[in-house]
Amino acid sequence: MNEINSDERIDLCGVVCPNNFVKKKLKLEEMKQGQVLQVSLDDGEPIRNVPRAVKEEGHKILKVEKVAGFYKILIKKG
Amino acid sequence: MTEYNTRELKAAGFMKQKEKDLFSVRLRVVGGYIEAEQLPKLAEISRRFGKGYVHLTARQGIEIPFVNFNEFEKIREELLKIGLDVGACGPRDRTVTACQGEICSHGLINAQELGKKIDEKFFGQGGLPHKFKIGVTGCPNACLKPVENDLGIMGLAEKDFREDRCNLCQLCVEVCPVGAIEIREDKLHYDRSKCIGCGDCIFVCPEEAWEKRRSGYSVYVGGKMGKFPHLGHKAFDFIESGEKVLEIIEKTLDFYKAKGKKGERFAETIDRIGLENYRKEGGGLV
Repeated sequence: MNEINSDERIDLCGVVCPNNFVKKKLKLEEMKQGQVLQVSLDDGEPIRNVPRAVKEEGHKILKVEKVAGFYKILIKKG
Repeated sequence: MTEYNTRELKAAGFMKQKEKDLFSVRLRVVGGYIEAEQLPKLAEISRRFGKGYVHLTARQGIEIPFVNFNEFEKIREELLKIGLDVGACGPRDRTVTACQGEICSHGLINAQELGKKIDEKFFGQGGLPHKFKIGVTGCPNACLKPVENDLGIMGLAEKDFREDRCNLCQLCVEVCPVGAIEIREDKLHYDRSKCIGCGDCIFVCPEEAWEKRRSGYSVYVGGKMGKFPHLGHKAFDFIESGEKVLEIIEKTLDFYKAKGKKGERFAETIDRIGLENYRKEGGGLV
């Protein structure tokens, strides 16, 4: 996949559910439709819950990248 | 003073309290569903006939305590006016429990609708050796505890993998609770035998590579709590329709009536006769 540039970044490592979901949601609300947000998420519960909620809210997950112990996810605001 | 027969009253959902002539009136609430406009009227009924409070039961139901047996006819009349009725106690088919099903982000079946159908068809059915409880849960998270019911139903998802859509993002590998999905050498491997049908991979996939083919139902039998808890056994897996589930319930109740000993819960009937024999004779669908 080609490199996608993100418009905004948010580091949610160490932030527990559902606070990580809320923070991500608030960040996306500040952004314009079509812009890309890069989210860093912990392994385990966050990665199991946050991406599906992103999808349910009508945003698009463009890329998921596993880095040591956490994930970098690129979300396009829907 | 009017004489009362406790057995008959139990059949109609009136449970005797320790206090003389007072009963707790159990309502027929299916799947914990109650309309907002019924609530203030129910409050009024509980003030008029009881002590102005209700008790929420372990099976999502409502009871109105402290009702005098002389008021039974009247309270029932008032309940019927607001679309509610009395429940059932004793050796019969009880109020059906059900989760919120489809509106839950994990839900795979319309548990409320199936619960209502089960209630319409089997509620209060007597002639059974003991009580019979049925519960419907919308997915393998099993919040409504299918294994704790005489007969429990659980929603499942059956799915297809569309390899052309997969971008190997790994999210499904991460969410799968049983390790049924692996990515090796840039290829996704799926072990169907491990899958429990929870649908988490379908919900998480950003590319719709996991596609839900249909919902299914698994049926558990012989669960109970009480003094001697016993978890139910899975008797049928991936039943394809709610109608078929209703058929299984009907056959199961007939089997229990025919083979169960008086006073014996279905768990004991199954233990005595064997799950396989029940599946053949009772379910009759294998």
